[in-house]
Amino acid sequence: MNKKAIRAAFPLTVPVMAGYLVLGMGFGILLQSKGYSFWWAGLMSLTIYAGSMQYVAVDLLSAGASLLSAALMTLILNARHLFYGLSMLEKYRPIHGGRKAYLIHGLTDETYSLVCSAKPPEGVEAGVFYFWISLLDQCYWLTGSVVGGLLGQVLPFDTTGIDFAMTALFVVIFTEQWLTRKNHLSAIIGLGVSAVCLVLFGPDNFLIPAMAGIALLLTVLRSHLKEKEADA
Amino acid sequence: MNLHSLALVAVITAVTILTRLLPFLLFGGKREPPALILELGRALPCAVMGMLVVYCLRSIDLTAAPFGAPEVMAVAVCVGLHIWRRSTLLSIAGSTALYMLLVQAVF
Repeated sequence: MNKKAIRAAFPLTVPVMAGYLVLGMGFGILLQSKGYSFWWAGLMSLTIYAGSMQYVAVDLLSAGASLLSAALMTLILNARHLFYGLSMLEKYRPIHGGRKAYLIHGLTDETYSLVCSAKPPEGVEAGVFYFWISLLDQCYWLTGSVVGGLLGQVLPFDTTGIDFAMTALFVVIFTEQWLTRKNHLSAIIGLGVSAVCLVLFGPDNFLIPAMAGIALLLTVLRSHLKEKEADA
Repeated sequence: MNLHSLALVAVITAVTILTRLLPFLLFGGKREPPALILELGRALPCAVMGMLVVYCLRSIDLTAAPFGAPEVMAVAVCVGLHIWRRSTLLSIAGSTALYMLLVQAVF
């Protein structure tokens, strides 16, 4: 059954493979440029396994952030996982044990979008099929990040400024969300509240007030978010 | 450095797993998630990305040369490329290459 499941799962994961190998390499190179060798990249891709969080983690590690601020940052950045989980409740309900535990651990943005739409082929248990999609995706990410870490050690050129890859990643996701949604209120709240807090509290202390302000404003203005997004 | 870094990785892992596991723990039975949670769930990702863009650009000094010019130019190119081709990898690679060129050779 595994063979059949892999044969059905693999083609679906090819687009993710391209993205994960490249973004993973970017992560590995970035981490290496801060003085963390490739096995750090491998370790983080095995344990944390959340793309944008790992890019932010490069920052947190190299700045020696406090555990509390790292936890808060992770919570706010990964809060979207809560909603992936909510929409997978039904799909993953019949699956149990270690396989389910792995499926939950592997629920990244990309894997979520695959398992959301993919249907298991005839004669293959759904859980096995989803498991292979998730595992293949993590293999790509792990491979990319370790290769990036190794490349970073031997890169012949000056890597100054490569940190911008992280900024670019978030600018791209932000732009993509802007283009696919009609209601831009939450995007504007995110940018606006953060910019105001940056001016008020300075670069080292603005994140926590910004998170609080965003959560508060979204809650207060939630009727405006919902109404218009219905037709998005 | 290493011990603290390991602790950071452990904390980030634990919180990440928590955010992935929590819905299954809370609503694994038949309970319906509250409406507020669902509404925030739709709106939060956009707001958080906006916050992260500001976070990445937090250290720009607008009062001293080059006044954030490399960042502004690279972000503009990134947005432009993305609107043009909608290719994540192209937008990231193109704007990062430009930024590296700007900070190494121009400014």
